[in-house]
Amino acid sequence: MSEDRLRAAVATGVLGSEEQHRALLQSIVEVARAIFAAQASSILLLDEEEDELVFEAVAGAGSGSLVGTRIPSSTGIAGWVLVTRQPLVLDEVQKDPRFARDVAEKTGYVPEGLMAVPLLHDERALGVLQVLDRPEQSRFSLEEMELLGLFASQAAIALDLLAHARRARRVLEQESVDVGVVVRLAAAVDALEEGRREAGLRLLAELERIL
Amino acid sequence: MEEELPAWSLAAEEVAPVTLPGTWPDGLTRDWAWGGSTGAGVRVCILDSGVERGHPLVGEVQSAVSIAVDDDGRTVVTEDEEGDLCGHGTACAGIVRSLAPDCEIHSVRVLGAGFSGSGDILLAGLRHAVAQGFEVINMSLSTTKAKFSGLLHELADIAYFNRSVLVASAHNLPVESYPWRFSSVISVGSHDASDALTFYANPEPPVEFFARGVDVDVAWLGGSTIKATGNSFATPALSGICALVLGNHRRLTPYQLKSVLSLIATNAGGRE
Repeated sequence: MSEDRLRAAVATGVLGSEEQHRALLQSIVEVARAIFAAQASSILLLDEEEDELVFEAVAGAGSGSLVGTRIPSSTGIAGWVLVTRQPLVLDEVQKDPRFARDVAEKTGYVPEGLMAVPLLHDERALGVLQVLDRPEQSRFSLEEMELLGLFASQAAIALDLLAHARRARRVLEQESVDVGVVVRLAAAVDALEEGRREAGLRLLAELERIL
Repeated sequence: MEEELPAWSLAAEEVAPVTLPGTWPDGLTRDWAWGGSTGAGVRVCILDSGVERGHPLVGEVQSAVSIAVDDDGRTVVTEDEEGDLCGHGTACAGIVRSLAPDCEIHSVRVLGAGFSGSGDILLAGLRHAVAQGFEVINMSLSTTKAKFSGLLHELADIAYFNRSVLVASAHNLPVESYPWRFSSVISVGSHDASDALTFYANPEPPVEFFARGVDVDVAWLGGSTIKATGNSFATPALSGICALVLGNHRRLTPYQLKSVLSLIATNAGGRE
């Protein structure tokens, strides 16, 4: 195991659980929904192995049923946004019969308007953030586009952390059981009270020196 | 014996006069640029998600192909029967058509085969479009993969020297992406005025022009029309304007076309 992966694996043990990461994603879509006063918001993550987009977090309409739903990674509006790395804002999308039918089948909720922005980190496209049904009367402004871009950048950083942690967790679970003890040790020492923690750290430092 | 000069130099006494395409007036006007033009004879390529045939706002699509890359990395070009797999390509075609009603529309579909490998397909599609010598190539898309940057740069330069103008969407996200940053392409961002012929030259590149891209009525799937916002809709507006100018002045190089656009931009006077 490379040092990078080990570091990531240890960090996972210290940093948090799948539940906490889910909470982070959920908070992102809740905030997106709030700042645009929208009916719903969702994050679709690219599953590279299956080459599909997966609903990872949903706020508002569809929040009960959509998580885990998979859609193609290069067709439809979200697929277009992912592949081209370009944000889109569309209104009156329900006029598109194919969109209306497909979305209704999957989600039971057909929006009138949507904003979709790619979640980009460094060179990678990680997924798509969607914001559905902003207030009817509001005309979209260039400032909102800017805001959407800024918000997407922040969301992408969180997603990158999540993806990193998931990879690290897989490494721990599948590839190298013996380093699991390192992670557990790190987590255990981290959880100690101050005095005992210092002693624990000294002990680990000695161990490192001997090894 | 006189020493031969290297290829990149030119002896002053050997300078040949350059023939400008048509008369290059002292004060360039929009009337000179596109007065009376319908874009007839100009082939505009929509490198995108396909174009829906028979859409009332698009009209005739002169050709449509889809691009794939096989396991050996070879480009496979097939007749496209699928139409548009998103709606975006149809929107672009409709915008171009609304400005240049008699131009030819050629669809090169580079989406639909999955996300993985989409960068290779994008490159293959652009290579195909450049080889076809389309006068205008509308590219409302970009890639963030640095490994494609060099190849895209090369293709953009080939297009530039072959009189194919590449019109590419700028990014409003804080990431490095291509090909819009290259000086050999025309990069486009959005303004929020409602007139399709209003476009601005940007004194602070890398985005070179701003065209109409906010709340635009665009063609979409199933013969529908929807409202759309984004640089990816501003790009075909400028492609349509390019088609208009080239309809009047076919032999303009991309460099000359860009100069014309700069001189007749709305914020540069844009005289009628």
